Amino acid sequence: MDTITGLTCRECGHAYPLSPLHVCEMCFGPLEVQYDYASIRQQLSREIIASRPASLWRYRELLPVAGEPQVGLHSGFTPLVKADRLAAHLGVKELYVKDDSVNHPTFSYKDRVVSIAISKAIEFGFETVSCASTGNLANSVSAHAARAGLRCFIFIPADLEQGKVVGTTIYGPCTVAIRGNYDDVNRLCSEIADKYGWAFANINLRPYYTEGAKTYGFEIVEQLDWRFPQHVVVPTAGGTILPKVAQAFEELQQVGLMESGPRPKIYTAQAAGCAPVIQALHNETDLIVPVKPKTIAKSIAIGNPADGYYVLRAVRDSGGWGEAATDAEIIEGIQLLAQTEGIFTEPAGGTTVAVTKKLIEQGRIPRDESIVICITGNGYKTIEAVLDQVRQPLLIEARLADFDQLYASLSSEQKGEQLKVNPEELH
Amino acid sequence: MSVQVRIPTPLRRLTGGEAVVSADGATVGVLIDDMESHHPGTKERLCDEEGQVRRFVNIFVNGEDIRFLNNLETPVKDGDEVSVVPAIAGG
Repeated sequence: MDTITGLTCRECGHAYPLSPLHVCEMCFGPLEVQYDYASIRQQLSREIIASRPASLWRYRELLPVAGEPQVGLHSGFTPLVKADRLAAHLGVKELYVKDDSVNHPTFSYKDRVVSIAISKAIEFGFETVSCASTGNLANSVSAHAARAGLRCFIFIPADLEQGKVVGTTIYGPCTVAIRGNYDDVNRLCSEIADKYGWAFANINLRPYYTEGAKTYGFEIVEQLDWRFPQHVVVPTAGGTILPKVAQAFEELQQVGLMESGPRPKIYTAQAAGCAPVIQALHNETDLIVPVKPKTIAKSIAIGNPADGYYVLRAVRDSGGWGEAATDAEIIEGIQLLAQTEGIFTEPAGGTTVAVTKKLIEQGRIPRDESIVICITGNGYKTIEAVLDQVRQPLLIEARLADFDQLYASLSSEQKGEQLKVNPEELH
Repeated sequence: MSVQVRIPTPLRRLTGGEAVVSADGATVGVLIDDMESHHPGTKERLCDEEGQVRRFVNIFVNGEDIRFLNNLETPVKDGDEVSVVPAIAGG
C-alpha cells in the first residue's frame, strides 16, 4: 500500500521519519503526515471506495495506517442528513447536517481521530494510551483502549459534565481530574507525556490523530454524490477538525477523486465565552491571544488553541468567515436542531447551529446555496447544559380522567398546534 | 538568582538531555538569553527573527501562560518554576 512517506514540519518543512513525534525540533511547528499522492491517484477510485464497508477506513489510502486497522472498525460514515425543516426555519434552500453525534462507539467526531491514533499506538508498540480531554476525546480513548486491551490514563478538567465523566470511567481507565481548565490539563499532560513515555492521542500521536479528521470532509463529499457543498460551518476548539476538513477537500482534488475547481467556503463557530480565533479573525490579525474560557460549551472551551492559526488560514483561504454565539444562543441552537431535525447535540453543536443562523442573517452565507452544518457531539452527554431550559414532564396518575383534565388545560403551544402546517409550506 | 526551567523533549538535544536546567535573569526574556549562552541554539528555537516567542511555543511561569502576564517582560524570581511547552491539539 505504501502511500505514507514520512512526517514533515508544517512550518519549516524539516523532515522526520514516521514515529511518535509531534513537534519540530527546529521551530516547534506541528508535524504532518506526508503522502505519495501520485501513487494514491493510481490506486484509488470512487468505485473502490464505494465497494468498501461504511466506515472511515474506506479512505484508508489517505490515512496514516499502513497495516490493517486495529480499532474503530465501525467509526465514521455517519449520516449526512438533508435538513429540510431546519432549512425552512433558517430560510435557506439546501441544508445538510453531518451528524457525528451518532459516531461509533462514543457519539462524537473524536471516534474518527482516535481510531487512527490507537491503531498507530498499537503499531508503534505502546502499551499505555492516554489523552488530555474536555470529555469527548476521553470517552473515545477509553472505549478504544478497552477494546484493544491497552492500559489507559485519562486527564480531564474537574468541572466536566457527568455524562462525559461516566462515559469515560465506565470503560475502566485510570481517570484523573485536574483542578483547572483544559489548558491547564494540556500543560500537565505535555510534561507527563515527556516523562512517562505513553501514547497520548493528542500529544505525541497528534500527527496521526489529526489525519482522522479528514474523513469527516471526505464523507460529506461522497455522501453528496461526489459534489462539494458551497458552504461548510465547523466549530473550533483546539482547531484540529476545520483545517483537516479543508485539507480533505484539497486532497480529493489532488488524487483525482474530484475535478479541480472551486472548493467550499469554510466558516467557523466558537462560543462567545471562548472565542480567541473569532477575535483574531475579526481583528484581521494572525496573532491569537489566549483567553480564559467561560462558557457552557465545555467541549470547545479551549482558550489556547494549538491549531487556531491554521483555522484562520483555512477560513480566509476559502473565502469563509466566522462568528461567536452566546450561551443563550447556544441553548437556542440546541433546541432548534432538536425540534426541527430530531438531532440532540451538545453545546458545541448548538454553537454551530447558532452561528450558521447568524451568518445567514448577516448575508455571509447566501440563502440559495448548499450548506453543511458540522455536528460533532451528542447532547445526551451534556444534559446539565439544557436541564433548566427544557419543559419538565407533566405528572399525573394513570387515569384517563386525569389526562382529559390535563389536556383541556394545555396551551395551544403545549399541544404542538403550531406544528399543524401544510407540509408543502416547508419546501 | 536561579530559576528552574522545564525543558520539553524537542529541546533536550540542546541541553544534553536534561529535562530541567537552571537559568539566571530577572525576566523571562533575560532567562532565555541566559539559556542561550549555556545551551546555544535555544533562543532561535523559542523565538522568531523579531525576538518574539514563536507561535507554537508556550511559556509558563508557575503554571501561568506568560501571555496572561507580561510576555517576555514577565518578572521571575529565585525559586520560580518556568515551563516550556509545545502547543497541544484539542481534545
